[in-house]
Amino acid sequence: MAIDLEVNGKSLSIEADPNTPLLWVIREELKLTGTKFGCGIGACGACSVYVDGEISRSCRIPVAAVAGKRITTIEGIAAPDGTLHPVQQAWIDAQVPQCGYCQSGQIMAAVALIKKTGQPSPAQVDEAMTNICRCGTYPRIRKAILTATGQAAAARGVE
Amino acid sequence: MGVKRRAFLIGGAALIGGGLFAVSCSERAATKRAAKLVAKAKAGVFQTWIRIAEDDTVTIFSPHVDFGQGSVTGLAQMAADELDADWAKIVVESAPVNVAFANTPLAKGFGGQMLPFSVPPFLNGIVGSAFAMVARNSPLQVTGGSSTVRATGQMGMRVAGAAARTALITTAAKRLQVPESELTTAKSQVIHAGSGRALRYGELAAEAADMTLSTEPKFKDPKDYRLIGKSIPRLDIPEKVTGSARYGMDVQLPDLRVATIMAAPVRGGKLDSVDPAPALSVKGVEEVIKLDNAVAVVARGYWQALSGLKALLPTFSDGGHAALSSASIAAAQAAKIKTNKPDHKSGHGDAPGAIAASGVKLLEADYGVPFIHHAMMEPFALTAHFSDGKLQLWGGVQDPLHSRKVAAEAAGISTDQVIFHPMMMGGAFGRRLPGSCEIIGQVVQIAKQIPYPVKLIWSREEDVKHGTYRPQASAHLKAALDKNGRIAGWTTDYAQSEDATRETRFVYEVPAFSLRHYAFATNQHDGAWRSVNSNQNGFYTESFMDELALAAGEDPYQFRRKHLKAGSRHLAVLDDVAKRSGWGTPLTPGRGRGIALVESFNTIVAVVIEVSVNDGRPRAHQVFSSVDCGRVVNPDGGAAQIMGGIIMGLSSCVDEAITLERGAVVQSNFHDYPLLKLAEAPDVDVHFLESDASMGGLGEPGVPPTAPALANAIFAATGKRIRQLPFRDKAKI
Repeated sequence: MAIDLEVNGKSLSIEADPNTPLLWVIREELKLTGTKFGCGIGACGACSVYVDGEISRSCRIPVAAVAGKRITTIEGIAAPDGTLHPVQQAWIDAQVPQCGYCQSGQIMAAVALIKKTGQPSPAQVDEAMTNICRCGTYPRIRKAILTATGQAAAARGVE
Repeated sequence: MGVKRRAFLIGGAALIGGGLFAVSCSERAATKRAAKLVAKAKAGVFQTWIRIAEDDTVTIFSPHVDFGQGSVTGLAQMAADELDADWAKIVVESAPVNVAFANTPLAKGFGGQMLPFSVPPFLNGIVGSAFAMVARNSPLQVTGGSSTVRATGQMGMRVAGAAARTALITTAAKRLQVPESELTTAKSQVIHAGSGRALRYGELAAEAADMTLSTEPKFKDPKDYRLIGKSIPRLDIPEKVTGSARYGMDVQLPDLRVATIMAAPVRGGKLDSVDPAPALSVKGVEEVIKLDNAVAVVARGYWQALSGLKALLPTFSDGGHAALSSASIAAAQAAKIKTNKPDHKSGHGDAPGAIAASGVKLLEADYGVPFIHHAMMEPFALTAHFSDGKLQLWGGVQDPLHSRKVAAEAAGISTDQVIFHPMMMGGAFGRRLPGSCEIIGQVVQIAKQIPYPVKLIWSREEDVKHGTYRPQASAHLKAALDKNGRIAGWTTDYAQSEDATRETRFVYEVPAFSLRHYAFATNQHDGAWRSVNSNQNGFYTESFMDELALAAGEDPYQFRRKHLKAGSRHLAVLDDVAKRSGWGTPLTPGRGRGIALVESFNTIVAVVIEVSVNDGRPRAHQVFSSVDCGRVVNPDGGAAQIMGGIIMGLSSCVDEAITLERGAVVQSNFHDYPLLKLAEAPDVDVHFLESDASMGGLGEPGVPPTAPALANAIFAATGKRIRQLPFRDKAKI
């Protein structure tokens, strides 16, 4: 079945079984491997992307359900000239990643949270950031979100 | 320490006009013991390469594979500092398979001398560190054992940097016709202050690399360090925030096929039968491959392979393990300890005698820990391709060298016909160590049967059900307090698969101590889980220490102090954490504070945790940690490691348990094997106390004090002593 999508601003038509999870279309058909496979049940968030601007776990979405929709992956959040998204830059400044495997999803979740709330409260961060990180980078994720949103005073002393 | 000249120039565009320095050195004691263990080893334990190009770019070849510790950056800092190189022009290549290095006499010589199989030279450092770890009685670990910076860095990178710098100075002295003593180095230049002349390293490198290096290079005075001890940003982080970092899961090759697999649910079982038809009728599925104990489906993509696999109804035998459960293991371990016939022991003095003789107060307790899973975020993914009798592999493992050998054996070809391309790892924590990667044999068996490259991906379910877990273990602890409230004697009897009597360290001053291991195997393949045996041993020891403090009527911090030597590093670490955490000051009502002190991998860590317990569930609010690992190479990176270890330690002790029923693992994914999430992650304060002690590791030592500090905090908050992990809702009143 042919399915039309817009991925990172580009219109595409892909041939896929309609039940194939969006994650595997992104990774194997479009070769955008920044979006990761972690659990396949929507529990870890490593596969997080935006579907029409909403944060979504792509391992649980059949590709047919996103026909005609706009998809944004980690490869699509920097500026067209390559300037990093402020959240990506905050991730570097706070030296967040360790193994880095979950961080695409963490960054996508953080960008979505900030877009929605502006300056998220600690409770909003706790509620929104449900992606799993096994290396234990959570305190630095919290710090990076605070610095990215100009809450530098609150970020001091974190971790 | 001897330094041999192993320098040579190699042709090829990348190296023309540059110089390549390689240094081989050995740690005498470790080499000697390693020699006994590996039969014919001689010298040349560590291999390190530095390449200086004409444009001053310095490339440091790291023999290690990084899975998130940032150790590659640390190694580069060490080499560059001793070399006095310009950090802006440093490039690190992490274990590349580089044809320029493939056929050097060095590799042949090294391989021929030391190993029953040949070694590509870029891996020699890995071999070396493995030997050193063997020599230290640690498990055979490669990028593991928290050893990268302290072993390869201290003994390889610093020596290579200093030796190369010495050669550059000698070369410059000749060219400038001045004595070496008048020359200094800075930012990749040799400088003659007297005449105001300077030569760039790039101008000197080719000649310098061709000369005999000093056998004992002069190291910098630590006060002159410019890079060691600085929080230099990690080199690998930029590509990890853009999604461009490539892990084993991300391998792309022409005609790539994807496979997924299901092994016998009961470990030890075999594949009895499977009808391949239902899978073959799934669009995109190309092959159903039967292995001895598993069935695999090969398809055009992962989803098709998984759909095909799910359509199958394979039958497996249970290997005779159907009666095994977590409960039966715990009961059998307790019975084994009661036999009083240990398989291994360590300690000092007559502990049972001391307990029997002088006990004013006798205390006994049973502790237990379940199997726990590594749950690295990247499930196993390994790609293999057979062509022209050669086998290529792409993926992330902690020991590419050993993996290469395993692959060759599985393929029935010689090791030199196997090329391993190491990829970045999405976590490892011991899961990707030699002997734990069954996926190597699996993917080779699959690749042998198809003409294309094939990437074998384990589903998360396969990953959870077929782990190489931290062993389930049981322990019986016994101690007596003398009339002054001091420990008179202490015995820890524990049953698990592996002996850890020499690996774990008891830090307290007591007249008699005995650690006794009762060997107990299950059908599971136990593995090294971040911090290995120090993990469960730390939980037993430091929880029981609090129980003894209570029996003695003393504060847990003060009680520990009394059993530590005055002026010792352990006491300094303990005092520091007490001070930073405000030990003894009033807490928010309902909260409790717990303390623990564990030395592992040559690093001492003390932790204080503040906890509240809500409906039986503990919640850590704040963690303070004090760390003495000797010198810290990169404080920010080191702090991240301790923080990560503590968070992972909290996750493991609060929620995690792999349980067995009828010989099979019950859990299958993150819904029933939950990991700690951000909302429950406390802030972690990390403070380093630098000392002159030999360098300790940082990847693992944050873990062991965490569970006991939390257990002790829960006791302080609720009065409930929990001796069985995980804590979960055990503190319910």
